[in-house]
Amino acid sequence: MTSRLDGSGLGLLKGMAMTFKHLLRPRITTQYPEERLTLSKRFRGYTMVWDRERCTGCATCAKSCPQGNIEIVTSKGADNAYVVEKFELDSGRCIFCGLCVESCPYDALFLGMEYECSSYRRGELVLSKEKLLYTPDKQRSAYARPKLEPALPRQTLLIEGDRGSKKR
Amino acid sequence: MEPVPSVSLDMELKTEPFVLNMGPQHPSTHGVFRMRVTLDGEVVVGLEPVFGYLHRGIEKLAETRTYTQVIPLTDRLLYLSSMACNHAYVRSVEKLAGIKVPERGEYIRVIIDELMRISSHLMAVGFFLNDLGCSVYTPLLYMYREREKILDMFEMVCGQRLTYNYMRIGGVSNDVPEEFMPILKRFVAEMPHYIDEYEQLLAQNEILLARTKGVGILPRDLAINSSAAGPVLRASGVKWDIRKADPYSVYDRFDFEVPIGEVGDNYDRYRVRIMEMHQSLRILEQAMKQFPAGEANAKVPQFLRPPVGEAYGRVETPQGEMGFYLVSDNSIAPYRMHIRPPALLNLTALRDMVIGWKVADVIATFGSIDIAMGEVDR
Repeated sequence: MTSRLDGSGLGLLKGMAMTFKHLLRPRITTQYPEERLTLSKRFRGYTMVWDRERCTGCATCAKSCPQGNIEIVTSKGADNAYVVEKFELDSGRCIFCGLCVESCPYDALFLGMEYECSSYRRGELVLSKEKLLYTPDKQRSAYARPKLEPALPRQTLLIEGDRGSKKR
Repeated sequence: MEPVPSVSLDMELKTEPFVLNMGPQHPSTHGVFRMRVTLDGEVVVGLEPVFGYLHRGIEKLAETRTYTQVIPLTDRLLYLSSMACNHAYVRSVEKLAGIKVPERGEYIRVIIDELMRISSHLMAVGFFLNDLGCSVYTPLLYMYREREKILDMFEMVCGQRLTYNYMRIGGVSNDVPEEFMPILKRFVAEMPHYIDEYEQLLAQNEILLARTKGVGILPRDLAINSSAAGPVLRASGVKWDIRKADPYSVYDRFDFEVPIGEVGDNYDRYRVRIMEMHQSLRILEQAMKQFPAGEANAKVPQFLRPPVGEAYGRVETPQGEMGFYLVSDNSIAPYRMHIRPPALLNLTALRDMVIGWKVADVIATFGSIDIAMGEVDR
C-alpha cells in the first residue's frame, strides 16, 4: 500500500516538474488584434491590384479564372488599342488561387497583402476597376511577381522564435 | 389475503437493440459524417455509415474547367494534405500529356510532399488522441506547434496556409525562395527532438495503452479485401507503399523504410504514423543533400490539350493511395475525371473494426483512420 502511494506521489512531482519546465519556455502564441505577424512575401490576399497603364484588355485573367469571376469589357480606342471599360470582380466569390495573376502576360494584375476582408454588405465585395486601381499606398504581393520580393519585409517564422510584436 | 407473488432478482431482462445516430454534427466525426450505430446496451452490434453531406460534385465540376483550373479543386479534397492531392492530380495530367518535369521540380515536390506527410500525421495523431479524451486538447496543441512551422514554410513557397494550389502541370507554381532551404534544414534538425517529446508523453501512458491496444483490430486479409491503403493497411502488417511499390517522382533515389504494424489495432495505426514521420525526415535529409540547381518548371502551354486517351496517376498521400483517372478528348477540359479516394475506402473497413466494442471505442477507432470529409464526399 505504501509503495503504491509513493509511486503516485512521485508521478505527481514529475508532472509538476514538467509543468514548471514548460512555464519557462518562450511563448509561441500571438495576441492577434494587438500583435500581428508579418505575412509571407508571396501571400495571396485581399484585394487585387490592377495596373491600368500595363493592362491591354487581353482578358487572359478572365479565361484562367476557375470561378469565372472576372468581367472585362473593352472597346476599340485610338490607334486600334483596346480600352478597358469595365474590369470587375466579385471578391466574395474569389478563391484566391492566384491563377489570374500567374497568367497575366503583362504583369498588370497583383494580389494584395490584406486578410481582414469582411464587410457589412455583399455588394461592397464587388470590386470595380476604380477600387482595384493601383495607387502607391496599396501593398502588392510578390506572388508570381519576383521583382517585388526584395522590397517586402521578411516573414515572421515560428521556427526562428519570432512571434512578431508589430503593433498597430 | 392473497400471497404477494415473489419477484426473482435473477430473472432475464428482455433487451432489444437500440439505434443511435452519431453525427452529422457530432464534434468528433471530423466533419459532417453520420454513423447509424445499432447498440446492444453499450456494445456495438451494427454500424451503417451515412455520408454525402459535403458532396460538391468535384468530379463533375472538373469537366467544365481547364486542366490547370482543376488544381484548386483538388485542394479541397483532403484538406489537411492538399499538397499531396495536387501532386496526384498533376501527375496524372503529366502522364496523359507526356510531360517530363525537370529534376529540380521533382525534388521540390518530394520535399513538399514529405513535409505535408509530417504535418498531416501530426494532425491525425493529435485528433486521434483528442478523440480518446487525452486531457482535452493538450497533445493536439503540442502538435499544432510543429505543424505551424511547416505551415510557415508552405506560406513562404505558395502564399497560403490551407489551400495551397502549389503544384502545376510540369512543375510548381513558383520556385522555392532562397530562405527556404536554411529553414528546412533547421526544421529537420529540430523535429526528431519534438517527436521524442510526444513519445515521452504518450508511448508509456497507461490510459492510452488500455484504450488502444487490441481495440478496433483490422485483420490483414480483411484490410486487403476492403482495399484499405496507407497507414491503415500498413498497421495491419502489409508492406505496401506506392513510394516503394511503384516509385514516382524521384522516390527511387532515397533510402527509407516502410514501417508496418503487427496486429492492426488502434495502437498500431498510431505507431505507424509516428514511425513514418521519422522516415519522412530521413527522406527530407537526403533530398536536401541531393537538391539540384536549374529550372523547376517544364514549358507547358496555358491551355493544355492532351492527346485523346486516358491515364491513371497515383501517389501515396498521408492517408493512402490517391489516384486520378482522367480521360481526354483533346479539348482543354478533361472529358471525365474519377478520384480514387483513400479515406473513403479506409472508412469502409470501419464497421468490421468496431463491431463488438463499446461506443467510446467507435470514436477512437474512427479517429485512428484519419479521414477528411472533403474527400469522402467529394
